[in-house]
Amino acid sequence: MLIIPCPWCGARDESEFAYGGEADIVRPPAEVSDAAWAEYLYVRDNPRGKNRELWFHRDGCFQWFVLERDTATNECLSAHRIDPPGEEG
Amino acid sequence: MTFRSRFSAFALARNALTGHRNWQAQWRSPEPKAAYDAIVIGGGGHGLATAYYLAKNHGLSNVAVLEKGWLGGGNTGRNTTIIRSNYFFPESTRFYDLALRLYENLAHELNYNIMFSPRGVLTLAFTRHDIEFQRRWVNAIQMTGVDSEWLTPAQIGRCVPAMAIEGGRFPVRGGFLQKRGGIARHDAVAWAYARAADALGVDIIQNCEVTGIASKSGRVTGVETSRGAIRAKKVAIAVAGHSSRLAELAGFRLPLESVTLQAFVSEPIKPVLDLVIMAGHVHVYLSQSDKGELVIGGGTDAYPSFTQRGSYPSVEQTVAAMLTLFPSFSALKMMRQWGGIVDISPDRSAIIDRTPIDNLYINCGWGTGGFKAIPAGGWATAHLMATGEHHALSAPFGLGRFARGILIDEGAAAGVAH
Repeated sequence: MLIIPCPWCGARDESEFAYGGEADIVRPPAEVSDAAWAEYLYVRDNPRGKNRELWFHRDGCFQWFVLERDTATNECLSAHRIDPPGEEG
Repeated sequence: MTFRSRFSAFALARNALTGHRNWQAQWRSPEPKAAYDAIVIGGGGHGLATAYYLAKNHGLSNVAVLEKGWLGGGNTGRNTTIIRSNYFFPESTRFYDLALRLYENLAHELNYNIMFSPRGVLTLAFTRHDIEFQRRWVNAIQMTGVDSEWLTPAQIGRCVPAMAIEGGRFPVRGGFLQKRGGIARHDAVAWAYARAADALGVDIIQNCEVTGIASKSGRVTGVETSRGAIRAKKVAIAVAGHSSRLAELAGFRLPLESVTLQAFVSEPIKPVLDLVIMAGHVHVYLSQSDKGELVIGGGTDAYPSFTQRGSYPSVEQTVAAMLTLFPSFSALKMMRQWGGIVDISPDRSAIIDRTPIDNLYINCGWGTGGFKAIPAGGWATAHLMATGEHHALSAPFGLGRFARGILIDEGAAAGVAH
C-alpha cells in the first residue's frame, strides 16, 4: 500500500488516488509529423528509479499534482502542487 | 549438435533402478564465447523459444541466450499459465492460434512433458453489454477459423457447479468457451526450449547481465555484459518489463509502461474446477492446478513499478471478485503471492520488430498475456532475425503501427488488460 502525500490533503492511502501517467510530457504544436505525434501519445521513458508522475486525488480534493516516486522501491519522495498556492481553480 | 538422451518411460524406469543418480544435465553451462552469429537477451520463454527456432527453423546454431538471473525466473515463472487464442481482432487470433497449435504438439516436438492441459477456457458475461459484445466476439473468433462457442447460464452451471450463477453481486448471464484452450506447466516450457536449443548447439548463459549494447555506424556489433564483451552480428531483446531499460542502453525509447501483475496460489483442495474461468467484469481469472491449488490472477497494479511485489488493493480486489463467483472459497488460505513486471503497450498488443539500430530486434509488449504466446513469439522473432523480414503473422505487430494509427486495440476489445 502506497501512502501518498497529497500536497493539499496530506498522507492518504493509494486507493484514494488515480495514476495519471508521466509528468512533463509536452503537447507538440498542431502541425507535426505522424512520428512526432505518436511519440507524444505513446512513447514513454518508463524509468526504473526516480519518476515524476501525475496523480489525481479522486476520493479527496479532486486535484491533480506531481508525485516524485522511485519505481524500483515504490518510495514516495515528494509531492508538488501544479498551481501556485492561492491560484488554484 | 550435443548428444541428449531422450526422456521416455523406459528412461524413467532405468533411472529409477539406479536411484535417479544418473540423469544427464538438461543443458550445458558454457562460458561465453568471444563472438556469436546471434545473441538473444533474456532467458525467459520468448528468448529461449527465439533461440530454439533460430537453430531449428533457420539453421543458425552459433547463438547465445544471455540471462541476468536464472532461466524462466521472470514472467515465465510468474504467470497463471493460461493458454488461449480467443482474441477479438483477427491479427491477434491468427497469431495466438499459431502459438496454441505449436503448444498442442510441443511436448512431442521438444521431448519434454510441458503438461499442456487443453481443459477449456470459459470467459463469463455479467451484464447486457458483456453479452452483446461477447456474442460478437465469438463470431469474430469463428470468422478467423478458431473454435469458440456461446454458453447459456444453465450450461455454465452444469460445467462449473461450484460457481454461484445467481445470487452474487453480479449474476452470470452467459459466457463463451474455447475448448482448445487450457493451461501448461510454465517452468517446463522454459526448460523444454532451453534443453532443445542447447541440443542444437545454442549456448545458454545464466547469471550474465547485459550492461551495454555496442553499435557502429548504426549497426549492432555486440553487447557488454557482467561477464565481459561479446560480439554478435545480430541481437534480439526479449526482456518483458525491462525492455525500456535495454532500449535505453541502445539509445531509443519504446511505447511501454512497466507495471506489476500479481498472482496467488491457494492451499490444495480436491478437484472442484476443471475449466479455466475468466471474469473480466469483476476482474479475476482462475484455474485449479494438477496439485489441487487454485491459481488466481486479477488486474494489474494501478501504477508503474519494478518491485515484483504488488499492491494490497489489487490483492483485495482480486480476492473479492473470486468470492463473488465462488463464495465457498472464502475458507481457503492463500499459500503464495508474487508479482511480475509486465510491459504494457498502448493497445495492449505485443511488439515484434526491428529497432532504430540495424540488426537489433525487439520482442516485447506482451503485457499480461505473454506466456500463451511463447511458441509463436519465438517463432516469429526468429523468422524476423534470420530473414530480415516479418512473417505475415507478425507484420501487424510492428512499432510502425503507432505512427500509422493501425492499432490492434485488444485493450478496448476486452475492457480489461490481458
